[in-house]
Amino acid sequence: MTGSNVRQIVIDIISDIAPDEDVTSLDDNKSLREQLDLDSMDFLDIVMELRKRHKVEVPQEDYPKLATLQSCVSYLSPKFA
Amino acid sequence: MTGIGLTAPNGNNLHEFRSALLECRSGVKHSEIRYMGTQVAGLCDFDEFKYQSKKLRRRGTRAGSISIYCANEAIADSGLNWESVDKSMVGVYLGITEHGNVETENEIFDMHQNNLDWKLWSPHHNPRTVANSPAGEVTLNLNITGPHYTLGSACAGGNVGIIQGVQQLLLDEVDIALVGGVSESPQTFGIFAAFAAQGALAHHQAAELASRPLDKNRNGIAISEGGCIYVLERLSSAKARGAKIYGEIVGWAINSDATDFVNPNPERQVQCMHKAIKRAGLTIHDIDIVNMHATGTGAGDVSESKAVRDAFHGATNTFVNFTKGHIGHCMGAAGSLELAGNLPSFDDGVVHPGMNVTELDPECAIPNLVYNKPHRAGKVNTILNNSFGMLGINSALIVKKYIS
Repeated sequence: MTGSNVRQIVIDIISDIAPDEDVTSLDDNKSLREQLDLDSMDFLDIVMELRKRHKVEVPQEDYPKLATLQSCVSYLSPKFA
Repeated sequence: MTGIGLTAPNGNNLHEFRSALLECRSGVKHSEIRYMGTQVAGLCDFDEFKYQSKKLRRRGTRAGSISIYCANEAIADSGLNWESVDKSMVGVYLGITEHGNVETENEIFDMHQNNLDWKLWSPHHNPRTVANSPAGEVTLNLNITGPHYTLGSACAGGNVGIIQGVQQLLLDEVDIALVGGVSESPQTFGIFAAFAAQGALAHHQAAELASRPLDKNRNGIAISEGGCIYVLERLSSAKARGAKIYGEIVGWAINSDATDFVNPNPERQVQCMHKAIKRAGLTIHDIDIVNMHATGTGAGDVSESKAVRDAFHGATNTFVNFTKGHIGHCMGAAGSLELAGNLPSFDDGVVHPGMNVTELDPECAIPNLVYNKPHRAGKVNTILNNSFGMLGINSALIVKKYIS
């Protein structure tokens, strides 16, 4: 799976969790929380959806690796391989 | 009572609701229920996003969403300048029949779709299912910092929430109380299955005819959702700000049958109504309308009909109606919604009819029963609203027309 596929998977999940947010012009290197109205519960939801939809597990100590879209792609891509 | 916000299966504000009651428009329809297939249910179609973002709707519950809609509508209707209200002196007291079943059922279902992976259990489960959740969502939405909680009181919830608010106002705990009842019950299959197991689940080929309280051929309860929240304030404050006053709460009572888990006790129901009338300083002859709880079950309707006959024996000017033929049983919202449906009688003098009585059950015959067509009483000054629930909880609430 390419990096852009993984990026799209994360964006699709965020769109469902925070449907009021505009996810079309996100800066991949900026923190998601700076750009979107997301709180810690939303990140738990992202982890949950990755597990439910794609069987990808993110252990608690790795949650900080979901901070930006770029870090999501770097961290998650091997798990989708 | 200075503001009303409501959603019922047949109306999303008081005007729509009252028109539907007078014109005998049902809100009960066929709906697909998980595992059970097509059943009758009363669902509301208010705009969930009028006062709430999509994200917070997703995070909360249907009962919370109903509560937020009703609370905002009630405040707008009250004419209060909300920005200048001291939010620490506002309380939220909502009656509920039950809470948390919807989320629990959904999550267990979801887990079964995912090989019983318990790690998929939602982190939102606890805040969604704590019993204060619907009232708490209102405080988050409206930035209210006074007290909030729900009153678990089965199907008496709508009245019990109002009574709690009155008591807190009398204790000076708050200056404004947002009170009433809410229900999300038809979002679960469990309540349908349980009433079916009891032989008390309404069914009919024509869904709008399924809920038929007091009819000889009634076959049970049509399960509905809904909500109705009032702005309550002390009469002095309502008068000082020149508020429109829907009515003045003058009497109330809550008691317990101490008899049975589900079967009612008419003697206790009579005692409850009489206690409320006594507290109001009235007699049975002063009550113009009695809105029955009348759910459409075999035993419940017979019991309450006897109770109303006995309680109002000799009161020749008291008219009796019921509302669940139109909307089904809105559970925790039933008491507050049905009261709201009757309040416009203070202005128009009309008693709305109970609907769907094709053949009145002789055991449910009551003097001055208004059914199938509205009755022009001319003058309505006092309404008594009954709301009863499982485990033998009875409530009666008396509202008087405010005459300045």
